[in-house]
Amino acid sequence: MANKTAESISREEFFYGHKACAGCGGSLAVRAALKVLGPRAVSVLPAGCMSAVGFNFPQLCFSNNSIISTFAGTASMLTGVEAGLRAKGYKDFTAVGFAGDGGTADIGIQALSGAIDRNDNVIYICYDNEAYMNTGIQKSGLTPFGAKTTTTPAGHNIHGNIRPKKNMFEIAAAHDIPYAATASIGYLPDFIEKVRKASRIQGTKYIHVIAPCPTGWGIAPDQTIEIAKEVVDSGLWYLAEYQDGQFTLNHKPKEFTDVSAYLKKQGRFKHLTDEDIKVITDSRDKKWEFINKNFQL
Amino acid sequence: MAKKFLSGNEAFAEGIRLARPKVISAYPITPQTIVVERLSEMVEDGSLKAEYVHVESEHSALSCAIGASAAGARAFTATSSQGLLYMAECLYYAAGGRFPIVMMNADRSTALPWNIYGDQRDSLSQLDSGWIQAYAENAQEALDLALMSYKIAENKDVSTPYMANLDGFVLTHTYETVDIPDREQADRFLPPYETDNRIDFNNPKNMAFSAGPDTNYVFKFREHQGVLAARDVIRKTEKEFADVFGRMYSGLVENYRTEDADYILITLGSIAGLCRETADKLRENGIKAGVVRIRYMRPFPNEEIAQALKNAKAYGVLEKDISFGNEGTVFTNVNSALKKAGAAINGYDFIGGLGGRNISAGDIEDIYNGIINGTENVNFIGIRGDGNG
Repeated sequence: MANKTAESISREEFFYGHKACAGCGGSLAVRAALKVLGPRAVSVLPAGCMSAVGFNFPQLCFSNNSIISTFAGTASMLTGVEAGLRAKGYKDFTAVGFAGDGGTADIGIQALSGAIDRNDNVIYICYDNEAYMNTGIQKSGLTPFGAKTTTTPAGHNIHGNIRPKKNMFEIAAAHDIPYAATASIGYLPDFIEKVRKASRIQGTKYIHVIAPCPTGWGIAPDQTIEIAKEVVDSGLWYLAEYQDGQFTLNHKPKEFTDVSAYLKKQGRFKHLTDEDIKVITDSRDKKWEFINKNFQL
Repeated sequence: MAKKFLSGNEAFAEGIRLARPKVISAYPITPQTIVVERLSEMVEDGSLKAEYVHVESEHSALSCAIGASAAGARAFTATSSQGLLYMAECLYYAAGGRFPIVMMNADRSTALPWNIYGDQRDSLSQLDSGWIQAYAENAQEALDLALMSYKIAENKDVSTPYMANLDGFVLTHTYETVDIPDREQADRFLPPYETDNRIDFNNPKNMAFSAGPDTNYVFKFREHQGVLAARDVIRKTEKEFADVFGRMYSGLVENYRTEDADYILITLGSIAGLCRETADKLRENGIKAGVVRIRYMRPFPNEEIAQALKNAKAYGVLEKDISFGNEGTVFTNVNSALKKAGAAINGYDFIGGLGGRNISAGDIEDIYNGIINGTENVNFIGIRGDGNG
């Protein structure tokens, strides 16, 4: 894992004065990434939490050039911004997209795939809070197995979401993208270093950062960072990179913390039975078998 | 000035080459494909210095063009039919953001049933999206619209995206001899795009924001004023165009023998020529017939139509469109223009050419007979009684 301390990033703020919920993981990811990328970053954000909390005329909360895209159009607008600025003769800028899990893995996946396929010189950051939070916690393609959302209720017949998360990291990698990474705001220095690394690579870069949503996950606002660490420590998420055709694991927990403890802290998983938790644990172990076999350390 | 034998699509591509867009993002769809093929060849051979982005859908085509326009770059895209409908969200977005993108639309039928041939139901369904909408009659006009479009769209009072419509196949794929303006003349006519509505590293902006109930309608009012401002800017631009290239256009409408006409047929697009020929023939038989060709559906030529029809006894609208459950949209717009002007003349709607069905000279004679003798309010030409056509 990258050795990065809080003191060494800019004190300058590019995303402040917004109306995100207390403890919002997504806004922390955007704030940290823009500190790395600086004033020459042009951010593109689709309709979603970050645009809803930061872009209400006349209260506009980005101090770098920023623009809202259509929900499906983060990557395609990024492409246009990058091509337009380049065609106008600008150099030394970074076109960066910040889209949520639904905006990335569901409605925006086609445009994202197109941008990676063209190898457009953009950074695409997916802040994953595992449901459509802006519209009130509905299931997305990145909602994990068992999670209760407002469209996957936990009842007697069905215990929340019945499908596992889509694997966006490996979907991006399967395009043979120049750089893809996973991260968590619980391991902020690792995330920051990955953004920095991405900014120095030519072509399309994809970073998938877990960003808990206290409102949607049923945790206290001051638990965001802790839970974002624990999802990694329990092995349910992992910190990895894909570059030059090679997967690399950045952080291997000596032993996993208790999956059940991670789940039971969150309102969205409170209803899970031992059987459900076994499904989740088995799926984690299967994933790690794959990681241990295929990822470099 | 060079002469070339070109299809409507190719002529439009030549006009775009002369307009020097910096970013082209397009997705192929019949019958638009030739225009984007020609543009990609121009980028390849260096005669057009632009970024050509191979987007994966029409939604991305326009979304990308919006991003490029927000960067301050002149942007172009082209589509048709299902593609126009697929990108519809972005039409409203481009207009609301006041991004003066130009798009060519090859007018084509919309599914179902599937059909690749020309009618105007695709673009007419998007009249409310906030775009200027022009309808070309021939390849020369298509080229000239391509060159004039940016000058109109980018005018500071207008700042509105511009859709140039060419009838699918009938115009996009039909060849005629076209005058191609000189590069130097084109550059003199159309300077590079300058705007404050763009990303600026010296003065960073938050663009394409939300606006609540208190301010939203002010933005919408301004958007409306922008499209309305195009009325004068179109006339002014056509005058400048005539000064440089010697071809004069007639603004939002083109009138043919309307001054003393008793019976006027209003239409748009490539069918207008046959309407004029029919009017000539009727005049040989002593019937004072005239034609109004609508060149711009937005801004709508309210005054021009009322003026052209002020001495007419009756009128008809021939359109390749139907708003199901009501009437053709062009008819609705024309009736509104006349009502606002206080004109009380009988008018009839003639729906034809849907899915590329041929409209013959005989059909148009029948239409004039309907206008002269009176008929149903809404008529599907060539369909009688049982609807079996």
